[in-house]
Amino acid sequence: MLACAVVRPWGWPEAVVAVPAAVVVIGTGAISLSQARAETARVGPVIGFLAAVLVLAQLCDDEGLFTACGAWMARAAAGRPRRLLVSVFAVASVITAVLSLDATIVLLTPVVFATAARLGARPKPHVYACTHLSNTASLLLPVSNLTNLLAFAASGLSFPRFAALMGLPWLVAIGTEYVVFRRFFATDLDAGALAPPAAGAPEVPVFALATVACTLAGFVLASALGISPAWAALAGAAVLAARALAQRRTTPAAIVRAAAVPFLAFVLGLGIVVGAVTGNGLATALGHLVPGGTGLPALLAIVALAAVLANIINNLPAVLVLLPLITPAGPGAVLAVLLGVNIGPNLTYAGSLATLLWRRIVREHDTEIDIREFTRLGLLAVPAALVLAALALWASLTAIGG
Amino acid sequence: MTVIAWIVEGTWPACVDAARIYAPADADITLLYVTAPEVPAAARGAYAGLLGRARPDRDPGTRLEHLASASARQLLAAAATRLGRPCTRSERAGRAEREVVAAAEGAGLLILARDGDRTHLGPRSLGQASRFIVDHAPCPVLLVWPEPAPSVATIPPPPPHPPHR
Repeated sequence: MLACAVVRPWGWPEAVVAVPAAVVVIGTGAISLSQARAETARVGPVIGFLAAVLVLAQLCDDEGLFTACGAWMARAAAGRPRRLLVSVFAVASVITAVLSLDATIVLLTPVVFATAARLGARPKPHVYACTHLSNTASLLLPVSNLTNLLAFAASGLSFPRFAALMGLPWLVAIGTEYVVFRRFFATDLDAGALAPPAAGAPEVPVFALATVACTLAGFVLASALGISPAWAALAGAAVLAARALAQRRTTPAAIVRAAAVPFLAFVLGLGIVVGAVTGNGLATALGHLVPGGTGLPALLAIVALAAVLANIINNLPAVLVLLPLITPAGPGAVLAVLLGVNIGPNLTYAGSLATLLWRRIVREHDTEIDIREFTRLGLLAVPAALVLAALALWASLTAIGG
Repeated sequence: MTVIAWIVEGTWPACVDAARIYAPADADITLLYVTAPEVPAAARGAYAGLLGRARPDRDPGTRLEHLASASARQLLAAAATRLGRPCTRSERAGRAEREVVAAAEGAGLLILARDGDRTHLGPRSLGQASRFIVDHAPCPVLLVWPEPAPSVATIPPPPPHPPHR
């Protein structure tokens, strides 16, 4: 099923395979109906949360938030590629953390390319920064990455506590990437930029920014009140959607499309299938590899295991496989898994070796792309970021307590 | 004869100016830009890595390809305007250094700019790509500084004589 999801024969949505597969594993008794129901109850709120964040990001784009980010980055760069890189790092890190990695990859990357081109700077370092940060900067909040949402549900941590523990690893991982990028792309960044930045202050989409800020505050408030932070995301999306609908800038169909229903169905199907697979042997096989305890060596081992698994089978299935095994070891271990599955995908192109290999084999009509440089960048950045982020997590756990 | 000026972000005006000054009046000037297909491919790869988002219309790689070709056209147009005389605009795709060397075959002159650390005179003022081109060019090469060259005082003093035995 995973192979089909990665290859997507005839361009089918992944859900076309995942949902029937889920039905089959339930039908054949590989997973009992009650287990499947438990899995649905576990993944259900996560899917609602995810849908709300996807819609929120799309509506922010409609409000002009990403265009404004481009204008701001151009101004902050002041015609200097190194300053542009700093502002790209800042914007991509915040967008990824708050509006999820999908927003950075789909909505921000084209804006960053256009900004670099407008400034006459070489676009490569800035575009590569977006792809790397969409993974590395997705550590901070439960909403930043689907892997976090799944782990957050399992960890029992509150929203503010999750962010507090992940804050330092997030900063350390981004800082490591920045140092590597500055050195790796020294030539491109030395080349300079020519066009003077556009005059005039960019229009700030105040309403979208205020809604996102209120949504973030809502996450904290919801946790304090003991209700799911998904409701805050839902409220934020609803406010922006109501405004966009009232102003006739969007349609209900476009909002439903932004929620990516086939994707949500895919996540549910994947959750059930992985539940069946883990229940039938994979857990015992991997159980031997999972270290116990949350000392520094154990954390490093968990991070390494998660990173390797994310590169072999993609990080989404990796986190679904590892969570049931790791959760008993406590929240610290769960967060270590997230370091591995979130930073790890930068090691191999396209977030997963499997993805790359399969797509290459299947789509021969694609032009030959030289991936050596991108891979070299990953080999330099990822191991360093993993180790330093693990140290930072250990420090956070020691200081704040798991 | 054909004079090729390699147009690349950040350093191209110096190459165009050099072409204006040094290319013979009867020379055919070609402005060459090499697009890097790996940049849109990286965005496409990142999107492909997001398991489950089967929406080809949202693939940022496609948008970056359109943006890249538009930006290449704009850059070549700006260079042609700066040159101010008839010229050929040429776009190639691939590894910049290989494409430039291949395009330079049979040319009368290749003009490129230094793109490394330009605070000192010396070998580090050539980046990887321009070093490869200078080393492999199958034609005469004109290597220019993108801005006024640093002073000769930036050359480190010669090493002291080895002690006499």
